[in-house]
Amino acid sequence: MKSAGHTSSLFHRAAPVTLILLLLVAAWYVAAYALNAPYQRDLNARQGVTVTTGELVAQTMRQQKPTMPAPHQVAETLWKTTFGVPVTSRRSLVYHAWVTLSSTLLGFVFGTLLGVVIAVGITHVPALDRSFLPWIITSQTIPMLAVAPMIIVILAAVGVTGLIPKALISTYLSFFPVAVGMVKGLRSPEVMHLDLMHSYDASSWQTFWKLRVPASVPYFFTSIKVAIAASLVGAIVGELPTGAVAGIGSKLLAGSYYSQTIDIWAALIAGSVVAMLLVALVDVAGRLTARAMGARPS
Amino acid sequence: MSEKPVISASGLSLVFATHDGPVHALSNINLDIHEGEFVSLIGPSGCGKTTLLRVIADLEQPTAGTITVNGMTPHQARERRAYGYVFQQAALFPWRTIAANVGLPLEVMGLDKAEAQRRVKENIALVNLAGFEKKHPWQLSGGMQQRASIARALAVEPAMLLMDEPFGALDEIVRDHLNEQLLKLWAKTKKTVVFVTHSIPEAVFLSTRIVVMSPRPGRIHEIIDCNLGADRPLEIRETLEFQRIAQQVRDGLRAGHSYDD
Ligand SMILES: Nc1ncnc2c1ncn2[C@@H]1O[C@H](COP(=O)(O)OP(=O)(O)OP(=O)(O)O)[C@@H](O)[C@H]1O
Ligand SMILES: [Mg+2]
Repeated sequence: MKSAGHTSSLFHRAAPVTLILLLLVAAWYVAAYALNAPYQRDLNARQGVTVTTGELVAQTMRQQKPTMPAPHQVAETLWKTTFGVPVTSRRSLVYHAWVTLSSTLLGFVFGTLLGVVIAVGITHVPALDRSFLPWIITSQTIPMLAVAPMIIVILAAVGVTGLIPKALISTYLSFFPVAVGMVKGLRSPEVMHLDLMHSYDASSWQTFWKLRVPASVPYFFTSIKVAIAASLVGAIVGELPTGAVAGIGSKLLAGSYYSQTIDIWAALIAGSVVAMLLVALVDVAGRLTARAMGARPS
Repeated sequence: MSEKPVISASGLSLVFATHDGPVHALSNINLDIHEGEFVSLIGPSGCGKTTLLRVIADLEQPTAGTITVNGMTPHQARERRAYGYVFQQAALFPWRTIAANVGLPLEVMGLDKAEAQRRVKENIALVNLAGFEKKHPWQLSGGMQQRASIARALAVEPAMLLMDEPFGALDEIVRDHLNEQLLKLWAKTKKTVVFVTHSIPEAVFLSTRIVVMSPRPGRIHEIIDCNLGADRPLEIRETLEFQRIAQQVRDGLRAGHSYDD
């Protein structure tokens, strides 16, 4: 009984997701045909071949450099470059994903630390509260694509290359959600809880560790979920201006350079899969922490 | 009652400056509370009961008059952990177990582990929560949570308990039960209790003195002695003496109220 109920609830949840996925793939095929057909007709006309509509559809699905690659072409490339080559090979998507992932994680750790430090500063030093937040917000309004090359170039001029510059761009993008979320989290305790600590004559250090920090934990996980996705974007953007030879960003760049549209799409999908995995991982960590802290299971 | 009062307020006033002008939360309060007394503050909403309790607890600063707690300023008394404060809501930390919540003030005080453990165990047993030490607040009913918060206040081993409508959010049956328990506790520990309530029967049942307050400005309207003896079963509420005092409180509340209608 119990397991049957469980299976059916799983089915109920999986069904809509599967349906939407199927609809997306179908729409993608239609788009692939629509976008690739003009070039194919042109080509056929120049070569003087006449084809049936069925053949034309088939042709649009197997071009070498399609305007819009069909799902199965992307899937095939994904499969080949993920499982078909050793992970140490430059042709392996796993290798490139790993390169991007390592700078993502480094930048994420930096960004999270920086964000937390800024939040603690803002909540404990009144002067920072007024003077700092506007600057932080301004920092995020500067377009990253414009700043990234400058950071890379300047750092290269002082001899810093490789992982660090890319990670710094991730840091730049990820500290912001953490800072904002943690300011909110550290200020989330109810007045009554603060009064309680005050009635015990608790020091602000004690109030911080025993009340503010635990109260901010849910806010922390919400903000690092955003931060890790931002870090990944930062790492990919950071690979573009460096002319990096490895990483998902470099695959995107190389793909567009040689009009390897299938490679571009494969890299894009690899990037989203990595993003989804990272966000899911943070989500699980958040749930486990909540459970360890005795939260009511939802 | 010749010894020095535990709490002594004279000419105490507190004016809140708000956007719509000053609010006279307390006006010329004169009140002495002696050791071992159970004093209830009763009065309509907004008459300053909470504010008075918070002034005693050094959570609010008076704008005029003087107040001493154990012969000291409320600030000094707070630093010496002279009181345990029980809020209207249990205000337990959701991420702490019941035992850890009760032990919170002891951690803050820097008590050694063994002594803290002893006090936690003892006070949890005192409020009949033995067996729930490892539970988290959401796993307990509202009444049990409030009992845990009382255990937390008692763990400090203060000579004085300040309670702000601790049972206000609970249903009548639970409330009756907790009233009985509180009374037993008071008889056993001889603590001084200042207790805010909206309920006339609760005030009469628990108190040795009832302070009837009235609003705008918040002031003391009348102080009614109420000594029903140390041993009070719930049935005492059916007695004539109980009814007489309750009527006196009711009259006091009505008279205090009629000023502004
Ligand atoms: N922090 C504050 N700032 C401004 N006004 C306040 C503040 N705290 C209380 N007041 C006002 O002071 C008056 C007395 O409030 P208080 O909370 O002491 O009343 P109370 O008797 O406890 O009422 P209740 O029975 O509703 O709890 C009210 O008019 C209230 O609006
Ligand atoms: Mg009140």
